Amino acid sequence: MDFDLSEEQTLIKDSVSKLLKGEYDFEKRERHRAAPLGFSEEIWQSFAELGLTALPFTEDDGGLGGGPVEMMIAMEAFGRALVVEPYLASVVLAGGALRHAASAEQRAEILPGVASGETRLALALFERQTRHDPALIAMRATKDGEGYRLDGEKSLVLHGDSAHGFVVAARMAGSPGDTGGLGLFHVPADTEGLGRRGYATQDGMRAAEVQFSSVRVTADDVLGDPEGAYPVILRVIDEAIAALCAEAVGSMERMVELTTAFLKERKQFGMPIGGFQALQHRAAEMYMALEQARSMMMFAAMSAEEPDAVARRAAISAAKVQIGRSGRFIGQSAVQLHGGVGVTMEYEIAHHFKRQTMIDLAFGDADHHLALLGESGGLEAA
Amino acid sequence: MDLALSGEQRRFRTEVREFIRANVPDDVSAALRDGRSVGKDGLVRWTRILNAKGWSVPHWPVEHGGTGWGPIEQYIFQDELQLAPAPQMLPFGHQMVGPVIYTFGTEEQKRRFLPRIANLDDWWCQGFSEPGAGSDLASLSTRAVRAGDHYIVNGQKTWTTLAQHADWIFCLVRTDPNAPKKQMGISFLLIDMKTPGITVRPIRTIEGGHEVNEVFFDDVKVPVENRVGAENKGWDYAKFLLGNERSGIARIGATKERVRRLKEIARAEPAGGGAVWDNPRFREKVAALEVELKALEITQLRVVSGETKRTHGTPDPASSILKIKGSELQQAVTELTMEAIGPYALPFEPEHDEGWNEPPVGPDYAAPVAPGYFNTRKVSIYGGSNEIQKNIIAKAILGL
Repeated sequence: MDFDLSEEQTLIKDSVSKLLKGEYDFEKRERHRAAPLGFSEEIWQSFAELGLTALPFTEDDGGLGGGPVEMMIAMEAFGRALVVEPYLASVVLAGGALRHAASAEQRAEILPGVASGETRLALALFERQTRHDPALIAMRATKDGEGYRLDGEKSLVLHGDSAHGFVVAARMAGSPGDTGGLGLFHVPADTEGLGRRGYATQDGMRAAEVQFSSVRVTADDVLGDPEGAYPVILRVIDEAIAALCAEAVGSMERMVELTTAFLKERKQFGMPIGGFQALQHRAAEMYMALEQARSMMMFAAMSAEEPDAVARRAAISAAKVQIGRSGRFIGQSAVQLHGGVGVTMEYEIAHHFKRQTMIDLAFGDADHHLALLGESGGLEAA
Repeated sequence: MDLALSGEQRRFRTEVREFIRANVPDDVSAALRDGRSVGKDGLVRWTRILNAKGWSVPHWPVEHGGTGWGPIEQYIFQDELQLAPAPQMLPFGHQMVGPVIYTFGTEEQKRRFLPRIANLDDWWCQGFSEPGAGSDLASLSTRAVRAGDHYIVNGQKTWTTLAQHADWIFCLVRTDPNAPKKQMGISFLLIDMKTPGITVRPIRTIEGGHEVNEVFFDDVKVPVENRVGAENKGWDYAKFLLGNERSGIARIGATKERVRRLKEIARAEPAGGGAVWDNPRFREKVAALEVELKALEITQLRVVSGETKRTHGTPDPASSILKIKGSELQQAVTELTMEAIGPYALPFEPEHDEGWNEPPVGPDYAAPVAPGYFNTRKVSIYGGSNEIQKNIIAKAILGL
């Protein structure tokens, strides 16, 4: 047992932190967010130069061979700075689907571009009726000569508006609710029949509704078994949740820091408000919620590669429950303790609160995962 | 970073587990599983088994009988005791006064007391709290007046756990009422419970049991050689002692064992034509508890592994999290267990803990459940109340 980072991991942590410290304070973040794509292409380029976009891919695929702990380090730093670049969308989600589903040839063709940051992909997974359950996917994929035809609509596709291409989940067989019959397809954004409507999200990022009408792809664009993608989708979601847990913890840590500093500065009744016990106890509770979340972030990272899918899912659900609850408590408390400035757009804390809220809702909120855990008999299934 | 135990640590866990489970007396383990008291005799028997193995005071320095294990091995050992379940050692000697004696005591005190603590030849109790000194412990008023080679002690201690079995009590007493700060006039005395002038009065606690007492001192003569450390420096030793107390207080292994028991009961207890466990809402509550427990377990391991790098005797202020969350979870599991037995929490039958032969009303597992719930309210109060712990976090960690 060892909670220390290796030399290489420390190097990643230090280099990301240094970059974000210089180029990503809150004012600069607001400028990056106002860029035409909704994020900064220069910053994206810097992430690529630091090797961050290559982190989870194997060396054969043009990557650095990092694992969940390396991803945790990067995501935690992104969370502190409220990074808006499409890292989760392209590297974690779409990149994850390619890592786990694509053939060696497909990986050799697509992944070096993702790893170098040149290609940004998005994962088109959920639909209006799916909520958090990919088994409910309805979008059709039909055999069409040598290739396939895709028809349907994908919703809330993270960074789908600026993506150069998509990994799309669609149903070859069965009906919504069946875990079998789902396939993953690689679709360049400029393919005929693909339409998209981009929009801003509550947490300062971007997403898109994506329509597929008679979109034709070749047999080479199917990633893995065209009817057997469900386990891969679950795995990608679990990795994304582990990454989001780290992002959330980075953001929670920053909220505790900002709030503590505010309690020391802000004076009322002739003294810093941090001298009042009611506020001290709330701050102490925030700190506890943060450390409990940090422990579960580590648990999620350690469990993300667990080969037993049942144990992995239970661990990831447990982490998501803790992160959702801690994030909500810390976010609401941080806003409350800041008073009026906590509910303004101009101040950093509100943006952390909004991101935290959306992280809880992503891939199933705390209640959703608690229900899953309860169904499976709990964390220590006995 | 690696959360898994190393191969060597896993081997250690297996060795410890096998020894504990093979050697803990069956009646003692069964009492813990059922939520009953193991009694003085049970604890003495088990302590002597561990002491014969050389494991009764593993955290002490090797020259006083310690094992030389690192913090992670210590943690594993305590965890395995709780999971077995087997009793942990009586804290008043092993965790509290023992370390004070070997850190601040004279050679004579070490020779005289430490081996008898390790073997539970002397049963110790703690004389800190008073009717007027709870969270504000330094305001204590039990007086010790020097008279030649003795102190004459007058006053009252309270909440004295298991004083009815005790051979010795360690006490904070006021030796200088005129000191400029209340913390400055306190001394740390070791008092033989057989000394004339000591009266122990039981306090019956909420569940009906007898755990705590009031202890009265009426012109009690205590030899000066029974003072630990310097006169009027007792507060420093008390702080040292309380810091040691906090880190072992989370009792994560014990709560895990209780969750296992809770699941057994919920599966056995009939409800709606099936069992309580069939209710998804109930299972979600258990799952929520398990999530927090897992988080706390990792938090504890982070604190423990940080200890390997800390100087001895400076507890991590983060151990306040362990106290607060650990006590909340101990309470939560008793609350859910009571919810599981539902209406069969009703009968009040404290005599079952004292060897009553009449069968209990309702299922066997139900009788200790409501008493366990009521009794466990104490854990967020003792050892520095959870509110005091939040003050510590706010000041020592957040700098407020």
